[in-house]
Amino acid sequence: MSQKQDEENPAEETGEEKQDTQEKEGILPERAEEAKLKAKYPSLGQKPGGSDFLMKRLQKGQKYFDSGDYNMAKAKMKNKQLPSTGPDKNLVTGDHIPTPQDLPQRKSSLVTSKLAGLFSEEIFIIPPLHFDIQGLGMLAA
Amino acid sequence: VAGAGGGGCPAGGNDFQWCFSQVKGAIDEDVAEADIISTVEFNYSGDLLATGDKGGRVVIFQREQENKSRPHSRGEYNVYSTFQSHEPEFDYLKSLEIEEKINKIRWLPQQNAAHFLLSTNDKTIKLWKISERDKRAEGYNLKDEDGRLRDPFRVTALRVPILKPMDLMVEASPRRIFANAHTYHINSISVNSDHETYLSADDLRINLWHLEITDRSFNIVDIKPANMEELTEVITAAEFHPHQCNVLVYSSSKGTVRLCDMRSSALCDRHSKFFEEPEDPSSRSFFSEIISSISDVKFSHSGRYMMTRDYLSVKVWDLNMESRPVETHQVHEYLRSKLCSLYENDCIFDKFECCWNGSDSAIMTGSYNNFFRMFDRNARRDVTLEASRENSKPRASLKPRKVCTGGKRKKDEISVDSLDFNKKILHTAWHPLENIIAVAATNNLYIFQDKIN
Repeated sequence: MSQKQDEENPAEETGEEKQDTQEKEGILPERAEEAKLKAKYPSLGQKPGGSDFLMKRLQKGQKYFDSGDYNMAKAKMKNKQLPSTGPDKNLVTGDHIPTPQDLPQRKSSLVTSKLAGLFSEEIFIIPPLHFDIQGLGMLAA
Repeated sequence: VAGAGGGGCPAGGNDFQWCFSQVKGAIDEDVAEADIISTVEFNYSGDLLATGDKGGRVVIFQREQENKSRPHSRGEYNVYSTFQSHEPEFDYLKSLEIEEKINKIRWLPQQNAAHFLLSTNDKTIKLWKISERDKRAEGYNLKDEDGRLRDPFRVTALRVPILKPMDLMVEASPRRIFANAHTYHINSISVNSDHETYLSADDLRINLWHLEITDRSFNIVDIKPANMEELTEVITAAEFHPHQCNVLVYSSSKGTVRLCDMRSSALCDRHSKFFEEPEDPSSRSFFSEIISSISDVKFSHSGRYMMTRDYLSVKVWDLNMESRPVETHQVHEYLRSKLCSLYENDCIFDKFECCWNGSDSAIMTGSYNNFFRMFDRNARRDVTLEASRENSKPRASLKPRKVCTGGKRKKDEISVDSLDFNKKILHTAWHPLENIIAVAATNNLYIFQDKIN
């Protein structure tokens, strides 16, 4: 947050840039892109780095299901329906407790890879109708 | 023609003439997530080519021996073995889904008839043994031919079982499982030149393992700050030096590479060398740090150089010079004026890999629209090629492609706005001795060969 105060107004920077166009031709497109981004998302921090950004990167794959929360919510609701997680099943906030039914099913890949498929060589010669015996499991899923 | 020079180049120079050889995989329009190839690696001889995918599966191809009766199949790669390396897991304690996606495969040098490779997902590394069985014992005393146990009292005579030939069976079995050593996601594994140890690197730590020991791992690099609010960079890739077993490098999200010497101390938090190209402060923008993040680092086969891949370029560094790279090659500079939309669709975070050819005279890396780039370091020439089904006639030459940036688009050129950013070539591999390359285009694996071969 303190980083915002340090940086200058991006519009000023591009103004200065235009004077140096001849020497720094390559930089101008990047700065123009930055201005475009800031125009679309004014609340974007000045620096994309920083601990928040990196910590989000470190935590990819977080899925929350807490049986304690689930049971508490169930007890609270009693007869009412539990709120579903909505379109984005990965974002859980506030009252939206994911239920086991809401979490996307884990698909275990017990099907052989198509790279090892029997006809992967001939496919581009035979007209588009390919036999993928190993892949039938996936088609049926 | 596998010469020391790396592929029968005529006296005039290294003029590659790449031709289509094979393509593996289905032509579905709808690509299943599990089929997306996530890693490609030749073994030390180049006879085996391994791929890993998002579904946790490994497919190994083997090069066919030259066969005079079938000259066209000379040097073709066919399926040798396939197995499920990793399964999806759920860490209930941390509420973390552990993807089965294979992040990296690294072969071990061959020491006997069997082949060994390391494959890793985000959390667990596995050592797989791939062995052939072409004989079967017959004539057991206590078992029937179909396996049923015989009544020992019915056995009246003894015989010695004999080995009979059988159809070749290739078996893959997990020999070691190296688990629970990484809190963060593993991005690299690298086998040491001592052939006994290997490293595994995650976002913040690098661990050293012995191939025989699974219950112990030594931490050699730890960049986790005491206070996570002070986190400024993460480890993006790591590799052991090809000849010096005490030397390793790791790259960061800030565009730097640190070289560590394990002889200097047990914990290599202090680097021996620090490679960073000075940045022009006036050219700094919001995107500077993101596009400087190094997605791959690879030593040259000679061990004298290393190569780093950041979002827009590939740089070659002389290990003796930390101040700046000796070569910088632009991969797709035209994307600099598209950074805003590339940030919005997350493409700016794509992690491209890079590779050297056997003689270190050329380097290759992928781009978008199923394009990949090749740089001839000696001739100072570069070329853009495409992996597509349209150019898939056997032994058809690949035509160089060109992206047009300005207004006037010439015939056969493609404009930047027409590029398909969903068709990314992140993983490529070059045969260690010959001019054969493997290019992973989403769910298809393309193999190209140099015509001179």
